[in-house]
Amino acid sequence: MSPPGAHDAPVPRVFLVDDHHLFRAGVRAELGDAVEVVGEADEVPAAVEMIIERTPDVVLLDVHLPGGGGQSVIDQVRQSAPDVRFLALSVSDAPEDVISVIRAGARGYVTKTISGTELVAAIRRVAGGDAVFSPRLAGFVLDAFAAMPSGVAPVSVDPELDQLSSREREVLRLIARGYTYKEVARELSISVKTVESHVSAVLRKLQLSTRHQLTYWATERRLV
Amino acid sequence: MPAPPPPPPAPGSLGPLTVQGAPRDRGRHGRRPRPGAPHRRWERSVDDRLLGGVAGGIARRLGVDPTLVRIGFAVVTVSGGLGAALYLGAWLLMPLQGRDESIGTRVAKDRQGIVLSLAFLPALVILLVVGGALHAGVVTSAAWPVFLCAAGGVLLWRNVDADERDWLRHAAAPVLRLGVGTRTTRRLFVLRLAVGVGLVLAGVALLTVHHTYVSMPRIFGGVVLLLVGAVVLFGPWWLRLARDLMAERQARARAEERADMAARVHDSVLQTLALIQRASGDPQRVVQLARGQERELRAWLFDGEIPGALDAGVTTLAAGVRAIAAEVEAAHGIVVDVVAVGDCPLDDRLRALLDAAREATVNAAKWSGAGSVSLFAEVEDSRVSVFVRDRGRGFDLDEVAPDRRGIAQSIQARMLRHGGRATIRSTSGEGTEVELTVAREALR
Repeated sequence: MSPPGAHDAPVPRVFLVDDHHLFRAGVRAELGDAVEVVGEADEVPAAVEMIIERTPDVVLLDVHLPGGGGQSVIDQVRQSAPDVRFLALSVSDAPEDVISVIRAGARGYVTKTISGTELVAAIRRVAGGDAVFSPRLAGFVLDAFAAMPSGVAPVSVDPELDQLSSREREVLRLIARGYTYKEVARELSISVKTVESHVSAVLRKLQLSTRHQLTYWATERRLV
Repeated sequence: MPAPPPPPPAPGSLGPLTVQGAPRDRGRHGRRPRPGAPHRRWERSVDDRLLGGVAGGIARRLGVDPTLVRIGFAVVTVSGGLGAALYLGAWLLMPLQGRDESIGTRVAKDRQGIVLSLAFLPALVILLVVGGALHAGVVTSAAWPVFLCAAGGVLLWRNVDADERDWLRHAAAPVLRLGVGTRTTRRLFVLRLAVGVGLVLAGVALLTVHHTYVSMPRIFGGVVLLLVGAVVLFGPWWLRLARDLMAERQARARAEERADMAARVHDSVLQTLALIQRASGDPQRVVQLARGQERELRAWLFDGEIPGALDAGVTTLAAGVRAIAAEVEAAHGIVVDVVAVGDCPLDDRLRALLDAAREATVNAAKWSGAGSVSLFAEVEDSRVSVFVRDRGRGFDLDEVAPDRRGIAQSIQARMLRHGGRATIRSTSGEGTEVELTVAREALR
């Protein structure tokens, strides 16, 4: 089953990290020939070692892992293999887990209920350097960047990083409402490419912002 | 997935439910326009408005940029003020998107309101007579505009759409606050009133000082006599008007209560009956559904527990949205993806919003044929919105039979009653999205 749009890009090389054997098998079966699965691991140290050795294009990373969680995999791999991209995959509803994996450097977040076709599309997007926002992640981000409670002065090096533009907000809102990138593009009369660049910009802000509010929000939810 | 059964005629519900005294908008969705579709009617825009949505509506009708229309109005206003008059006229004559009647039409049909505004006539006569007696041109020339403003204000207040009434209330807050404010603000208001009246009286006295041929006591005596006369003559009339008004308000409250009840019965009993019809091959499920409904109905009739109402434990919007998702997932075996941004405590409006959201979600679960529904709730400073979206078969709003109460009663009328609105977008084969918005109670 090759998804639409599989014409030019080479088949992405994918590595699976998940502590559930059955889930890995399921994902493997769903991905089929659309990607090349170069390996899998069920715990942090093994995953780190093999990812550095095999340098896949994309690592499908479970947020919850024995031995430090998905976040620590990203932290350890980044120094030796900075080109490896991560896509977080989780059943978890907890915003703090998701946001911390994203802030560690994952290029996106999808829930495990995602369909095979959608997952392949998400992997391709991450392999191409774009960000993948599920509705849930979009909601978390909107929440995190919501209006600052009065009395909290913005303490920041780069104020640009601390707020979303109204267009970015609009895009996130539509994604949170369940729109695909294509539908967002049609709704706002812009190209899919532009949607992707907005989402990437949001991801960058999310990862780099030193925004007081973001840390406030995070500590509020027992993060950082 | 096997081919779905032929689409039911409506995403609403089952059989006809006749509601006595239901809101005035019954059966109007036959003409409801769909956003995005070409617009053949002149109507004020709901989504694109700075003031009354006139410019947005005109722009959509003509297919031009709303900013251009706005600039046009501004230019014509600055050069002579005609623009403002044109805008006001258009505001009165163009119906709001989704409404059948314009404010102007409603005013013309509002007999009670017209009678009520005529009650200002004696005041006008008194003003004119007093002004004439005092030779105070200021009073005489101001009398007509004051009368027209008061009468017009009453008529508009009674006939504008719910959200615009909110806006008017906000604009008139300084005056209305007298009734609801704290003791201090009320005292301040009374003080201001006293000082103002004193100043005005002093002014009148100054104006009349050089009319030496009329002595002051006589003038004031005349004024007092006039006032007493007016009260004797018109008092009973005013009293009856006030009584009628009260009765009318009570009747409206009763009608709304009935409509609310109809919506509840629809959401609970009728929905269960629909589920039972669909599960007729599974006796156990039928028994289970009937038991559950019986329990709920008993609780409503004898314990006063409102059916479909959220648990007492649910006190915030996000919790309410999640409760709806859990309930619909359990009852209909469908995935409901919830995304909630921000949160706030529930009040009556937000409860109504949640009721409408539940109905929209149940509709999507029952009729769309999609495997999942997206539920997105956002709390902003000034408003709360909920979006219910499915990628199911969609439907044509124009073809929803008028006796199907689901969309009309449970969603649209319910939102309108609480000063919010519901927008439904559906494309055959692509899915449906229901947008529910309500303004947050003014936080003062």
